[in-house]
Amino acid sequence: MLAAVFLLPLISGLLILALPHTRLCRGLLIGTAVAHFIMILAVGVSNPAPALWGILHPDKLGIIFMTLSSLLFLAASFYGLNYLKEEEKEVLKSDFQGSESFSNAPERHFTACLCFFLAAVTLVTGTRNTGVLWVGIEMTTLSSAPLIYFHRHKRSLEATWKYLIICSTGIALALLGNILLSVAFHQPGAPLDSADYTHMAARAAMASKPWLKAAFIFLLVGYGVKMGLAPLHNWLPDAHSQAPSLVSALLSGALLNCAFLGILRGHQVTLAAGLGDFSGGLLMFFGLMSMVFAAFFIVGQGHFKRLLAYSSVEHMGILALAVGLGGSAVYGGMLHAVNHSLTKCMLFLLAGNIQTLYHTRSSYDAIGLRWTMPGTAALWAAGFLAIAGSPPFGIFISELTILKAMLTEGRAIVAAIYVTSLAVIFVGMFIPFMRMVQGPKPPSVKGKLDENIFNIGPSLVLVLATMLLGLYIPDWLNSSLRSAAALIGG
Amino acid sequence: MTTLFQTAIILLLLNNFALLSVDRISRLIKLTAFQGAVLCMVILLMPNSELGSAHVLLLAGAVFAIKALGLPWLLNRTMRRISGLPAASARLGHSVYVVAGMVILAFSLWLEMRLPGTPGIFPSLLFPAAMTTLFCGLLLVVGRTLAIAQVIGYLVAENGIFLLGIPMILEGSIWFELSLLLDVFVAVFVMGIAINHIHSTFESIDVGRFCALKD
Repeated sequence: MLAAVFLLPLISGLLILALPHTRLCRGLLIGTAVAHFIMILAVGVSNPAPALWGILHPDKLGIIFMTLSSLLFLAASFYGLNYLKEEEKEVLKSDFQGSESFSNAPERHFTACLCFFLAAVTLVTGTRNTGVLWVGIEMTTLSSAPLIYFHRHKRSLEATWKYLIICSTGIALALLGNILLSVAFHQPGAPLDSADYTHMAARAAMASKPWLKAAFIFLLVGYGVKMGLAPLHNWLPDAHSQAPSLVSALLSGALLNCAFLGILRGHQVTLAAGLGDFSGGLLMFFGLMSMVFAAFFIVGQGHFKRLLAYSSVEHMGILALAVGLGGSAVYGGMLHAVNHSLTKCMLFLLAGNIQTLYHTRSSYDAIGLRWTMPGTAALWAAGFLAIAGSPPFGIFISELTILKAMLTEGRAIVAAIYVTSLAVIFVGMFIPFMRMVQGPKPPSVKGKLDENIFNIGPSLVLVLATMLLGLYIPDWLNSSLRSAAALIGG
Repeated sequence: MTTLFQTAIILLLLNNFALLSVDRISRLIKLTAFQGAVLCMVILLMPNSELGSAHVLLLAGAVFAIKALGLPWLLNRTMRRISGLPAASARLGHSVYVVAGMVILAFSLWLEMRLPGTPGIFPSLLFPAAMTTLFCGLLLVVGRTLAIAQVIGYLVAENGIFLLGIPMILEGSIWFELSLLLDVFVAVFVMGIAINHIHSTFESIDVGRFCALKD
């Protein structure tokens, strides 16, 4: 079963490249997404034996991120059916931010790369080996770069190049972190230790502390680039804003979590070695810096997709901060990861609807949503409340849990920066979101968006899920989150 | 054997400074290919490696095939497709980057003394050479505006990391190293495709012209 979870999207991707019709490609894409999600649920319930020579052997932390990624992939694929059908209608498109026209990349390449991306994410979340995790994260970069460059115009090419160069360099630094991790565990005359982080954690007391610290710094900086921690986040707003919305949803909801997982694996080992204060301190520093940076860029941000991208920087900061704090904040962090992924995915999918009708990414021009797309407008407003941490949505609970942990530990200054950033971001997001929902219908916008189960259905399900998590957390999820948090000091 | 190994390491360091001071793309590619060949030599001459073992020979062969032949071939192919390729001049002038490279070398030597000893892992000079190669690669990435020169910088940085990993690799399993090499190969292949798109869209591969995306 576990091997099939990885091999299915990989084989589907290869098949799609060989299929003659785009309709068949779309069918295979949605079929893969559904089958993958069902198999992931079975994996979560059955706790299967290691597969593929022990490469795939997920723990609770991995299973949470794997399930989440699969769910988001299913939502994005469902949305993609309508999106790709609409994109197919017009071969040569006019660029609404420039005077030139452009075409899309072949749809077959796009759907195949989506499947390869799912395989890479499965590999990252399903392995306990630090080397395989690195290979998987590099695979996510290579499979997602063509997705960002689906619309073949100058800006998406610029974003893709920045993404490729910055993330590849970051991942190279993470590789150095992996090598230093091996150095830290090396015993003269003894064979090389396993690269399995559970083995490393079990033998961490014997590791060389200075080398372990150096390894964690490189892992944090390397994977931090990909996770979008400030000030290493430069690629993120560009890639998220230029990619098709369903790709932005996957980048924000699944890809950033993969990079975060890479950092968490390093943190797991440093915690076991008694260096939790060192790695936790660094995580808190980068977490707070990300929140402050995000607050600075969100206020006055007119580009609604960049606004969502900076919101991702903020939430990645919250995750790093929660894990750095340790104790009960880690549980809050895990809950936050789930809620953020669900909410951000739905917001990016809705952003795609807005862009389809308004042909703009400016929150000053895309106004009067309630007249032109009432369903999207209602979900957009609900999504704002969810992402900004208002009750009754799940992010409110997770942010409150993290704040409570800060106050319990007597970290007043950290709490003050945290609350201030959240307040500034709330106001900074409230203004453009409400401006877009309210206001008159612009005369340039003709007609209404044809809202159907494909373009608002996935967002509706995701927002209901995050609302449910704000009101009631099922026991099975609660115990999974607690088990995952226990692995990283919670 | 040790003298030969140290000669290879010094060749690698000199190659790094040459990379920082050259601006013609064809020369940058040749120097990258030479660096790949030196890495292969380092694997064969490592003081603790078993020279005749299948593991060492397979790894050295894979490194030579990919880093000294395959990747330079890909880069040359990309270069030939772009007519009228300008020189990849440094943003701040070559001398600034060469001096920065020397400072990095001095810092790496100091760092080697500061970090606790790793008996049996890093032979003398390997750690500072690897760190210098890594940072020289990063200097190429940030210091040059031509896309192809940035890819070469990425490769040089990756070579530095690979150099540091050689002692670990020689004690570990082969499949991971091969997948790592394959990953880098695919990365450069994807970057090569992106460079072709940049050239056909912007009629130049000067990424200094990228200024459409900002807040």
